[in-house]
Amino acid sequence: MLITKNVSYSYQSSSDVLTFPDINCKSGEHWLLLGQSGSGKTTLLHLLGGLLRPKNGSIQIGDTEIQQLASAKLDQFRGKNIGIIFQKPHFVGALTVEQNLQIAQYLANEPQDKSRIQSLLDSLNLGHKLKSKTSELSEGEKQRVSIARALINKPEVILADEPTSALDDDNCTEVLKLLETQAKEQNAILLIVTHDTRLKDHFENQINLV
Amino acid sequence: MNILSLSWKNIISKPLSMLLSLLLLALGTGLISILLLITTQVEDKFDKNQAGVDLIIGAKGSPLQLVLSSMYHIDNPTGNINLNEFQEFMSQPMARRYIKQVIPVSSGDSHMGHRIVGTTHAYPTLYKAELANGKLWDKKYEVTIGSVVAERLEMKVGDVFYSAHGVGGEGDMHEDKPLKVVGVLKPTGSVIDQLLLTGSETVWGVHEMEGEPIDSASREVTSMLVFCRNKFGVLTIPNLINKQTKMMATSPAMQTARLYELTGNGIDVLRILAIIIISVSGLSIFISLFNSLKERQYELALMRVMGATPLRLFFLVILEGVILAILGYLIGIGLSHFAMYLLEGSLEESYQYDFSSSLFLVEEWYLLGGAIALGFVAALIPAIRASRTDISTTLTRG
Repeated sequence: MLITKNVSYSYQSSSDVLTFPDINCKSGEHWLLLGQSGSGKTTLLHLLGGLLRPKNGSIQIGDTEIQQLASAKLDQFRGKNIGIIFQKPHFVGALTVEQNLQIAQYLANEPQDKSRIQSLLDSLNLGHKLKSKTSELSEGEKQRVSIARALINKPEVILADEPTSALDDDNCTEVLKLLETQAKEQNAILLIVTHDTRLKDHFENQINLV
Repeated sequence: MNILSLSWKNIISKPLSMLLSLLLLALGTGLISILLLITTQVEDKFDKNQAGVDLIIGAKGSPLQLVLSSMYHIDNPTGNINLNEFQEFMSQPMARRYIKQVIPVSSGDSHMGHRIVGTTHAYPTLYKAELANGKLWDKKYEVTIGSVVAERLEMKVGDVFYSAHGVGGEGDMHEDKPLKVVGVLKPTGSVIDQLLLTGSETVWGVHEMEGEPIDSASREVTSMLVFCRNKFGVLTIPNLINKQTKMMATSPAMQTARLYELTGNGIDVLRILAIIIISVSGLSIFISLFNSLKERQYELALMRVMGATPLRLFFLVILEGVILAILGYLIGIGLSHFAMYLLEGSLEESYQYDFSSSLFLVEEWYLLGGAIALGFVAALIPAIRASRTDISTTLTRG
């Protein structure tokens, strides 16, 4: 589960404090966080992913309150339990697709399982790109590899930042289906943060950020 | 896949940068290594060959030349001294008081590039030479040869040959006086290995004209190796010799010290050059790592997201510097030992010594330590910056 209470954040440069509505997700639920640009939705996603520390409040994933974790423990926790898909796909340039996934396993202190990598890529139609350099991939392939990377360690929570904003309607539906299927397979919480209103009709659970 | 293999893959993903850093480091460490190899071996040989000789007495001329020719058998002899004159000097009570032992050395002839030295049995004893085969010379025209001579010229006990005048082997052959090998010495690691030893009478005999034996009044030797009873002798005897006789006495220890001093400057310049090159290589490693940070800011942030702690990112970059340094060092050492191998032949001709390319010095381990430290220091600032990557800011940016 993913539960937040009274979470607020302030940027170092300003004294403005951003407050966020409480969130309560159970395992396997899919949530949509809608908000316009500047509503702080990326900040919220980064807070949920442990990339930022809240000024106040608590963020609980599973049994752990992540804002209480010391820095190194937080990194480890994140590697094992949270999968984050960013707006623009990033990879370790010197490595192939397979090696990128291997390093995701390594950094989370998970065993390096090549067969799991192969089957995950197969399920995303990327099986044949195992040994390709990430620079050789098309944009769509890159996005699917970054989804694979977020999923490889079977995280409890999958966070996606604007996964569909740059896509046309058909691709938007494709990616959405992909995310939902993969999340369901692992019974993970899927949380999509976006301003793309096309997604509104697909989600039972929604939060609007103002 | 781990931090080590990732470091390596990062390095080779920028081949030109890697090549530059490696080249510079290899050049610098190679230069220092070869200087070490040459100077250590030269100093070693010089020390070994001095064998405790306190003074050398020979014809007046350059003291350094006297030492080089009579002790190390490089360079031409300065001339000869008259045996009678020497014995007159030795009959003085002062001389007998201070001088413990003398060994005569007569040089001037050679065979196929190796010098023939007329002396007594005390000479091989001085260098702790042992016989591998046969015996030490006894009769006139008998010769005992050093191990390298036996190997190079493929000579063995029983062989007969003719000596040539001059030390380079270019002079006339003494074709009427055959010399016979009666013994071969075991390797000693000293100059003896490269020489053909015989009695002083042989050298006189070879130079005698048909039927005209050299009379004892005009018998000459090239020099005398002198052992003194105490330090006073080393100081006093040269004074006496230089004032009272037509001969000259010099201390090999002082002359070699002077030689090191003279060549030391050249070596220092090369050392400084090598250090400059190494510093520049460190700079190139620093620059290449520092520049790469900008390019891989997202990938560093991503690694943090995947679970890497700041310390891990620190190690990643440090490893990149250290791996480059170690690799550059290995190439440098390989090059220097290879160059030594190529030079061995010509160095041996000039210096009459056996140089080795397979010798590895303790100092070369220190050099490795230095290279690793260089890699670490060059990578330090980039590594700290990498570890300080702010995940959120970086990934919001792009």
